[in-house]
Amino acid sequence: MKTLLQIENLCVKSKEKQILKGLTLKIGKGETHIIMGPNGAGKSTLLNAILNNPAYEKTEGKIIFDGADITDKKTDEIARMGVFMSFQNPQEIEGISTFNFIKSAKQKRTNNPINYFELSEELEENATYLQMNQGLLTRDLNVGFSGGEKKKNEILQLLELNPKLAILDETDSGLDVDAINIVSKGINAYKNEDNAILLVTHSSKMLEKLKPDFVHILVDGQIVATGGTQLLDEVLKNGYKNFKKGV
Amino acid sequence: MAKTELDELNTNIYDFKKKDDYAYKMKKGLNANIVKEISKQKNEPEWMLKLRLQALEIYNKLSLPDWGPDLSELDMNNLATYVKPKSEQKSSWEQVPDDIKDTFERLGIPKAERDYLAGVGAQYDSEVVYHSIKDELIKQGVIYTDIDTAIKEYPEMVKKYFSKCVPLADHKFIALHYAVFSGGSFVYVPKGKKLEMPLQSYYRLNSPESGQFEHTLIVVDEGASLHFIEGCSAPKYSKINLHAGCVELFVKKNGYLRYSTIENWSKNMLNLNTKKAIIDSGGEVDWVSGSFGSKISMLYPMSILKGDNSKTEFTGISFAGHGQNLDTGFKVVHIGKNTKSVINSRSISKNGGISTYRSFVYVMKNAQNAKCSVSCDGLMLDSKSRSDTIPVSNIQNQSVVFSHEATVGKISEEAIFYLMTRGLSEEDAKALIVKGFSNPVSKELPMEYAVEMNRLINLELEGSIG
Repeated sequence: MKTLLQIENLCVKSKEKQILKGLTLKIGKGETHIIMGPNGAGKSTLLNAILNNPAYEKTEGKIIFDGADITDKKTDEIARMGVFMSFQNPQEIEGISTFNFIKSAKQKRTNNPINYFELSEELEENATYLQMNQGLLTRDLNVGFSGGEKKKNEILQLLELNPKLAILDETDSGLDVDAINIVSKGINAYKNEDNAILLVTHSSKMLEKLKPDFVHILVDGQIVATGGTQLLDEVLKNGYKNFKKGV
Repeated sequence: MAKTELDELNTNIYDFKKKDDYAYKMKKGLNANIVKEISKQKNEPEWMLKLRLQALEIYNKLSLPDWGPDLSELDMNNLATYVKPKSEQKSSWEQVPDDIKDTFERLGIPKAERDYLAGVGAQYDSEVVYHSIKDELIKQGVIYTDIDTAIKEYPEMVKKYFSKCVPLADHKFIALHYAVFSGGSFVYVPKGKKLEMPLQSYYRLNSPESGQFEHTLIVVDEGASLHFIEGCSAPKYSKINLHAGCVELFVKKNGYLRYSTIENWSKNMLNLNTKKAIIDSGGEVDWVSGSFGSKISMLYPMSILKGDNSKTEFTGISFAGHGQNLDTGFKVVHIGKNTKSVINSRSISKNGGISTYRSFVYVMKNAQNAKCSVSCDGLMLDSKSRSDTIPVSNIQNQSVVFSHEATVGKISEEAIFYLMTRGLSEEDAKALIVKGFSNPVSKELPMEYAVEMNRLINLELEGSIG
């Protein structure tokens, strides 16, 4: 199994507070990893730190992606190398249509000019697949979209940009059962032997669809347990109380 | 941030200097002899000289405004108020001297004229060097000429309107303007004539330590319609230059005028410009204003909704970068019944720039059923910059419908991060957010100018990341 992402002893501060305290994680190609943990454990911090969000300060450790050290690389560089992040609350951006935005993002990602008609066809097809209203493509990016539409739009971008690693931050939050099914279908369509998924979630609905290879329990800035779906059953039954640090 | 400054200079296509080559440059300073000399150079009628001298007296009496940006660095003793370029006015670009022609070529004026304008005026320092209008418009009674020619050829019309919209004593710098004004355009659109293509005047100040004081006078007669565009720029010098122009607009019954400005003065310019419109019943004036340049700007166009059912709309954007203090806004006076005004402004500041937006809405007692809506938003690209909105209103009539919205905020770091996770650079992400923010304004501009504005925004954002 070839390693795609390797995080070693990562320590991260946010607003002067130490959030991650020596986190280590390895993701191989073709794998789906789930991160679970109580509120405030550092799940979102981890995802933001991988993409080097300047609001988070790395104090120790390093992150290797596809053989390259990306610890201090700029967010856009990391993105162009093939890391994608789907947001819990995608931003509304006025003045650019969803279509044009995806076109320019794809251009940056592939470093090739994009054929307008091919992209147009492809997007319409994918939007239909995700049961998205076609009209959303010509509207400003996420502006006035419902919560569900925003999440679907994230998955649409995932399919278009086809990254090597998809980082998904609570993609299921706020979605009804039907929408979770559609979004999961989209994620499964993306998945193949050469890429990988790192998903943060609180719920089990999506996990049934995605069939993770590994479940990690993140408590107080460290991964305290790693296992298969049996860990999920344990969390659903007893919460996180048996996963205190050092146990 | 020394590097940034250098980048801004190098990349600014407006910043190229031509030799300070003139036929006549007035000695620096301001006094009655200088005013008389300007009038003499122009061979003006007596009434105009009198008006100039009267304005000078008013200028000397009035004090600097006690609000807004600090203007103490302006020293009239260090400025030449009149610089006559080495060319008489021409009606064909071929006849314009090479270095002046090259200036306007680089600014894209002759091409714009060929492509989509009905007429063009080009002013270099204190005088208009080129003026042209399509022949068929002349035949239809449209007048578009420089103001000096108008004073001589259409004296009655000029006398009837000149200084009747913006009075000499409006404020100190308009008095200064009337004392030394030179150049500018005069436009008359006859009854019922609707111009399909715009007219454009472009003002270029090349001479260092000098001032530009052009006067624009436009009369749109009953049922007529016009789109007028003005552009202005200058190369950057180390010492202060001054621009104190004046725009007087008269729109008659059911007439329509759109007045668009893209201003990109160099960052050593004090831009103290005055613009005002008087609108008769059923008439409409729409202002579109983009302020990017200058060191200090004080610019508050004004619409006077004199006639019943008259309308005005102001759409403005200002972008204040390092070392700039742009104090802009809009004023409207509702006099007639059922009058309507819509004010929509966006101001952006970055890298220590200050942008202030002031709106003044005055609804008079008899302005029954007036409607006014004000929306002004400020966006700061970093924490060093400032953005203020100062709305003032004085409503004397109870039947008015008045709405006001104002927001001021810093550019969202989350939005920048979101865009960067899709592979956009920090610069591109900021530019995209700023373009989105200014979109309500840029969509009001003719296509060519919207492109120009986006280009200016990109230019302003280049090297903005420390």
